[in-house]
Parts: sequence; structure tokens; C-alpha cells
Amino acid sequence: MSDMDPQHESPSAVSNRSMEIIVAAVTFALGALVISDSLRLGIGWGDEGPKAGYFPFYIGLIICIGSVVNAVLASLNRKAGSFVSTAQLKDVMRALVPMVLFVGLIGFLGLYVAGAVYIAFFMRWIGKYSWPKVAGVSLGTTIAFFVVFDLWFKVPLVKGPLEALLGLN
Amino acid sequence: MEELQSLMGGFAIALTWFNIALMFAGIILGVLVGVLPGLGGANAIAILVPLTFGMAQQPGGQVSAIILLSCIYWGALFGGAIASILFNIPGEPWSVATTFDGYPMSQQGKTGQALTAAFTSSFIGAAVGVLLITFVSPVIAKFALKFGPAEYFAVYFLTFAAFIGMSKGNPFKTIVAMMLGFALAAVGTDTVTGTMRLTFGITEMLKGFDFLIAVIGLFGIGEILKTMEEGLAIKGAEGKLNMRVVWETWKELPKYWVTTIRSSVVGCMMGIVPGGATPASFMSYGLAQRFSKNGKNFRNGEIEGVVAPETAAHAAGTSALIPMLTLGVPGSPTAAVLLGALLIWGLQPGPLLFVEQKDFVWGLIASMYLGNLVGLIVVLTTVPWFAMILRVPFSIMGPVIIVICAIGAYTVHSSMLDVWMMLIFGVVGYVFSKLNYPLAPLVLALVLGDRAEENFRNAIKGSQGDMGIFFDNGLVGTITALALILLFLPVTTAVWAKVKPK
Repeated sequence: MSDMDPQHESPSAVSNRSMEIIVAAVTFALGALVISDSLRLGIGWGDEGPKAGYFPFYIGLIICIGSVVNAVLASLNRKAGSFVSTAQLKDVMRALVPMVLFVGLIGFLGLYVAGAVYIAFFMRWIGKYSWPKVAGVSLGTTIAFFVVFDLWFKVPLVKGPLEALLGLN
Repeated sequence: MEELQSLMGGFAIALTWFNIALMFAGIILGVLVGVLPGLGGANAIAILVPLTFGMAQQPGGQVSAIILLSCIYWGALFGGAIASILFNIPGEPWSVATTFDGYPMSQQGKTGQALTAAFTSSFIGAAVGVLLITFVSPVIAKFALKFGPAEYFAVYFLTFAAFIGMSKGNPFKTIVAMMLGFALAAVGTDTVTGTMRLTFGITEMLKGFDFLIAVIGLFGIGEILKTMEEGLAIKGAEGKLNMRVVWETWKELPKYWVTTIRSSVVGCMMGIVPGGATPASFMSYGLAQRFSKNGKNFRNGEIEGVVAPETAAHAAGTSALIPMLTLGVPGSPTAAVLLGALLIWGLQPGPLLFVEQKDFVWGLIASMYLGNLVGLIVVLTTVPWFAMILRVPFSIMGPVIIVICAIGAYTVHSSMLDVWMMLIFGVVGYVFSKLNYPLAPLVLALVLGDRAEENFRNAIKGSQGDMGIFFDNGLVGTITALALILLFLPVTTAVWAKVKPK
């Protein structure tokens, strides 16, 4: 969401090849984890047919083999480009970090208040909107969510101190 | 004509004011999510599934609930075309081929014609798909009643082999993504023996991974991160559509009847075979380009280039529900989420559904006829509003979509852990889609994992571990053989390309 078009000029943060190998390593580790737990459960034949680890064992095995192949294919590929440029990474982080903070805030403020704060923050910080617009959109959508989820569909969402104060729990 | 009788019964069930209102609501929501980035059909349905818990418990409520969810699906299919034609942004992967001629048309001031052609073709494609569902699915269901565990596993195997065999690019990425889905499905209580698997002593892991959370994260959050990176600047035509243009275009469309029929056939075939709407739309576009006498003008704003992919995408999207309903094997991520919803409501998708839940099945099928008609009316009349929503800057739309995703993830089990899981799946979705790891097989494996494993274990339990059970009779043998052929398709084509004289 940068105002300029930085994709072409900014240097690569991570190459496609390194990212491919990192992902292959992670999937290999997950496969190994699945195999190890399957071995604990038993991968052979029990009283009731195949034991609980039988099926996952082969799943884990295939993940590991596939990961090795992917890693080898990636390392052989000489002309792989950039996975993400520094400017793109910055843009992604500008979305991801507030997202993580928002989810973290839910525990303290409740979903509605955290959502309103998050929308307001994003609009002000990225969109540079005027405060009245920011307040209008963030409060408006939050009230709409409350009406739809709490009142209409009656699915209770996480509530925080503000709802307790207003007696909406 | 037993089917016609059942269908009439279905209309009687589906045609209540409440259900028709739900149809409109579903279609409008569906078009909306089809238009917006980060909220596709699969993802929107996943968010709404928890909201239908209550509805599905009332008498007749399951039909209403499936009408709401399936109409979101139809709406999303329609909505994808709007963003493609007006802004050259495919809202859904199956709309990519629509941008090839749709966007040039709208650049030339023929937005109205392009939109009308897209919507009408979508409607026709879907109608062909629904006819196929009406008359073919009862036959398949009857046939599938004889299936045992071995046959079922063979069908699952076929589904997954098709994904591997038809994957573009590196098939090992498809395999790894799919197997990760199976591994995630295995987490929690083993359905056969009741032992805890892959929980590593963590209490929260006992209930396993919910596919709804995975779908919301992979498709929703992942898409938002990608949109942020690409920097979405919306420039495009006005979404005006008046009745005169609609009428003029309708008079022109019958000229393309050959393309329409061909695209419907391609769509229906691709829809039943897992792989779904996206390859169908490309394939049908390619065929139309080759065979049309205006083929040279394709990609410069040829109306036939809009008709072909839209017809095929809708025919495929609709007929993808045939294996979902009759065999319990969804052909697309969205069908997988619908299947998951059925399971949550306590319905077992599969051939027995046609015996034990006649009202539900035929209510749903009847609603498809009406739903698509409602869809056509809604999109033709409301395009300008949706075009306006598309102009809302991403710095407003983005956070609102993320809050909706978080609410959706939370409501599945009222658990904050799920919201964190959604974020993790979101990052995984972003990285995977950038590296061309396909997400659809992962989701399908996550939904079907337990059932595939159960059938596999029951099958080899019966045969005392002899894998020959999968070739035991003509039926299961044929399915297994077909699956193996598809599975090794990438190998054979690679070998063939080397051997073939240049």
C-alpha cells in the first residue's frame, strides 16, 4: 500500500530460493514430528487392525520425502527471483503487526472495542483519514457487528471492560 | 420420472418466504464477498457456518441453512465477474480468464455488454449444472449405496490423485500441501481406537484443527497480506448497466450457442472431476479461442471470450456439488466447506443422504434453480452498488475484513486460541501461495482426512492387511487404476516430453 511503486527498485529481502528451502525444511520437520509420534503409537498391526500410528506414519513419511525433493529442486533452480522485496516486506509487516496486536488486544478489551481501535488505527496510520471519518467508520462498523452478531444471531463474542460498564454482557 | 416428482417436492420445501429471503441475503452477501479481496466464497461460508448452528436445529432449518450457504456460493461465482470486468482484478481464481476479454471490453465502453454477457452465461452454465445434478446425482447415489470402505477409499484416492496429476508446476508441492492437510486432520482423538495422536500432551490440541479456522486463515488473512504487498490501486470503469443494453446483448448472445454448449460440457466434466472451476474456465477459453471464427480478436474485447470462461466456471462450480452430495467427496474448497457444514449439522453426506434425508437433498436442489435465477436478477440490478463498494479504499476495507475474519474464527468454538491459529494459517497461506503451494488440496485433505483414514483402515482390516483389497473387484479396481493413472500423469508426461522426437 505504499504511495509510490517501489517493487521494481527496492532490493530483495529474501530470495525465492532461500524461502523455498526454508519452507521445505519446516515441512520436513513437521513430517518428522508426525513420524516420531506415530512410532510412539505403533505403526504395526494391533488387535483392532492397524494401530493408530499406521496411517499418520506414511503421511509423515511422504511429507519428508516430498520436502527433500522440493528442497533439492529449489536449490538446483539458479534463476529463481526475489520472494519479497524490502519495500513489499515493509508493506506486509504494516498489515501483519497491527493484526497481531489486534488479536492480542481482544483478550483485554473484548472483540468489539479491539476491533474499533484496530480499524481506527489502520485508517489513520495507513489511510491518513481525518479523525471524524476515522471515528465514523470504526464506530459504525463496530455497532453494525454488535447488532448482527450479538443481537441478531445471538453468538456472544469476547466482551471487555467497556461492555461491562455499559451493562451489555 | 421419479426425479421430477422429487424435484417438485423439493420446490414445495424450498419455496417459503423465509427461504426466499435467505436466498436474496445469501446471493447479495455472496456477490459482495466475490467482489472483495480476502473474502472468497469458501472463506465467507466458513465464517457463516457457526451462525447457522442455531438455524439448523429448528425443524426444516437444515434446508434453510444450506440455502443460505449455497446461495453465498452462487453469489460469489457471479461476483467474481464484476471485479474482473470493471477493474481487471479477478475477485476469484475462476474469474481470471474473464479478465482477458472482459476488461478490454469495458475499456472500450462496452461494460454493459460484458457484464450482461458474463452474468447471463454464468446463469446458463449454472442451469446446465443444476440439470445435471437433478438427473445424474440420484443415479450416482443409488450406485454408491453398494460402496464398501475399499470403494470409498478408492474414490478419495482418486480425488487426491487428480489433484496431484493435474497440478500445474511441481507436483511434489501439491503432495506436501495435501499431506500436511492429512497430518493436521490426524491431530486429536483417533476416530477408530480413541487414542490421542499428535497432541504432544497439550490439552488444547485434543480437539484437533478445525478446517473452518484453516480456511479463514489460509484464504482470508493470506489474501489480505498478498493484497497489501501488491498495493491495490483501483482504477476502472463505472459499473453502469441499463435495461436497454441488457436487452441488446441478450439478442446477440444466442449467436454463440456453440461456445455455450461446449463450455457447459467442459465445465460439467471438470466440475465432477476435482480440480474445479478454475481450470474449466481456462480450458473453455482456450477452446473457444481455437474454434471461434473471431478467435484472432480474443484478448481484444471479444464478447465470446467472456461467454466461454463464465459458462464453464459456473457449470463446474455447480456440478462440483454432485460428488459432494452423492459420495461425500467435495470437488472444490468451497464444496469442502459446505460438506463440513453438513457434518456439523449432523448430516452424513453420501448416498444415504438421498434415502434418509430426501427433503433436505431435494430442497437444496430445488433451491439451486431458484437461487441462480435470484442471482441473475440481483446482479443485473445491483452492479453499480457493488462497483461502488469496490472503490472503497483498502485502508478501510482491509481492517474491516480482518475483524470479520477474527469474529468468524472466534465463533467456531468460542476460543481465542482459534483466532491465533487463524493468524498462523494466514502467514502460511501467504507464503504458500507465493511459492505456488496449492491451498485447495490442503483444505480438502483436512476435511476428508478422518473419513479417508477410517475407510482405509476398515478396508485393510477386512482383508487382513492385504492391499489387494483395492483391486478386489471390477468396480474398486477400476477406480484405483484410474487414480494410479492420474497420479503418475506428471511422470508420464515428463518422460513423454523427453522421448518425443523434436
